[in-house]
Amino acid sequence: MTQLPILDVRDLQKRYPGVVAVDGVSFSIAEGTCFGLLGPNGAGKTTTVEIMEGITEATAGEVRYRGAPHDRRFREEIGIQFQTTALQDFLTVKETLELFHRLYEHTANLNEIVEVCALEELLTRDNRKLSGGQRQRLLLALALLNDPKVLFLDEPTTGLDPQSRRNFWQLVERIKQQKKTIVLTTHYMEEAYRLCDEIIIMDHGKIIAEGSPAELLAEHFDETILQLPVEDFTAPVDRFPFTVLQGNGCVEISIRDVDEAIKQLQQHGISLQRLEIRPRTLDDLFLELTGKELRP
Amino acid sequence: MIRRFLAILHARNMEFLRDRSSLSWNLLVPILLVLGIAWIFWEDDRPLFKVAVLDQTEQIDRGAHPFLSTRHIQFYTVQHEQEALQKVSRHQIDMLIRLDGTRTYWINADSPKGYILEKMLLGSGGAPLNKAAVSGSPVRYIDWLLPGILGMNMMFSCLFGVGFVVVRYRKNGFLKRLNATPLRAVEFLSAQIASRLVITLTSVVLVFWGMGVFLDIRMDGSYLLLFMVAALGAISIIALALVATSRVSSEELASGLLNFLGWPMMLLSGVWFSMEGTNEFLQAIAQLLPLTHVLEAARAIMIDGYGWAHIAENVMVLVAMGAVFMGLGAVWFKWRVDS
Repeated sequence: MTQLPILDVRDLQKRYPGVVAVDGVSFSIAEGTCFGLLGPNGAGKTTTVEIMEGITEATAGEVRYRGAPHDRRFREEIGIQFQTTALQDFLTVKETLELFHRLYEHTANLNEIVEVCALEELLTRDNRKLSGGQRQRLLLALALLNDPKVLFLDEPTTGLDPQSRRNFWQLVERIKQQKKTIVLTTHYMEEAYRLCDEIIIMDHGKIIAEGSPAELLAEHFDETILQLPVEDFTAPVDRFPFTVLQGNGCVEISIRDVDEAIKQLQQHGISLQRLEIRPRTLDDLFLELTGKELRP
Repeated sequence: MIRRFLAILHARNMEFLRDRSSLSWNLLVPILLVLGIAWIFWEDDRPLFKVAVLDQTEQIDRGAHPFLSTRHIQFYTVQHEQEALQKVSRHQIDMLIRLDGTRTYWINADSPKGYILEKMLLGSGGAPLNKAAVSGSPVRYIDWLLPGILGMNMMFSCLFGVGFVVVRYRKNGFLKRLNATPLRAVEFLSAQIASRLVITLTSVVLVFWGMGVFLDIRMDGSYLLLFMVAALGAISIIALALVATSRVSSEELASGLLNFLGWPMMLLSGVWFSMEGTNEFLQAIAQLLPLTHVLEAARAIMIDGYGWAHIAENVMVLVAMGAVFMGLGAVWFKWRVDS
């Protein structure tokens, strides 16, 4: 028997005057998985997630939690980390955690949350004096206080430096090990590839691709990318036997047969000193599907 | 439910107490108020100088008696003898005259101004009038004004203290974050009311005490009753602020709305002067304002020493207003800007 999805989204629509933010989106999320919603700014992923959270009302369609519409139990069983959240001024990290801890009937052990989110050293610090990464860890801790069955993370690493972003990914991986269901929105493809079991890619309020990251890449690409600095590529582009794309100071050659491509480069006297070979990524997939860069 | 209410109440109180600038300003304003009023009225505690003429018309017939042509005396007509006599007993009116029927004048035997006016009346050369004496201690303007000042301070503290906080929470997304928890609107709003109530009543008690140090405050009634009126008034005005800001996310708009509520109360609720004898429409509007009922009840307690029975109507109106405003505030309340 097929297991009932923990969240089932059916024909979701959200219209604002003059704008269709979400346009007939349907998908299901299996319990214990990390599900990613990808897309550029304005794609409709945050609106979709906020409808799923019960924060925003849909114009049409429905979201079912364990087969039933939202009720108060749902609010007790989810944890949310919004894209941007202000906290109450003049409270310390510990006081903020205690404030939110008291708002739930069923709660996780506060000390364990502090340990998981690496907040031990910050407990007496004023909320307003946290760095970006520290603040995101606190917001994650707030989302975990009720030991949620479903954790919504809306662009949790936007604006963080690469080191803080990787640290945050490690926290999410620890939470994944607890078999919680995670719904993640992001426009970082690397983040989705590393954390998500299933993804949907959205653009203009619609789903344009769905599946596991590996499946999607395999489905859309059987090629590899050779990348060179543009100044090293001295051959005439129109006489080179493979398609050559230029941009961001480098040229990219998309090929199936790497050996043949390297032979051609050598025949044209091109230095391979700074040649990079990389597999196709979700960024490439998005570019392929929409014809535009993922990040503005 | 109580746990969530207490959590929000505690957090809001911590925020207020740790915000040094806000806290000091909230304490400074009442202190400045006390000092300012004490300075203005330090030496000027004389009663007002007025002569009322019992007459059914609004225009005084100055030819009816030569005394009525005396310069530097404010003459005006009154229609109700008992009310006017009560004011004579409080030294709010220095002399009351009836020129028809019994042709009588009343003065307060303890009033120096009444004594001087009597000499002026007798020396004016007009037909003699019958004398009647009234007794009673004076009510100074400051005694009448003090409840108004306290009420106005409380009103602005309630309106802006809670209105701006809620708008700030909504604008910066803190309310949206709270909405993602099981917290109910009524729990959040009750905590905000309770927090501001404690702050406001503490401030009012401090100002009352401070004024007692600098001025001889007249207090003929029950302190407990006065505190209850202040508490009910504060609740109804805080709830009114919550209604006004239930969907607002702009400080500019909130400021406009709260001023729109505050200024009519300051002008029409009888803070500075009595609305007695003013336009009936304005008086009807004044009755819709919670501060009017707070001041009517407070003056009845402080100046006249009246008890529960006399102020019951004002109290019931305040309870009803508080309940209605809280209900509307909870129903209309929005957690986020765009929902």
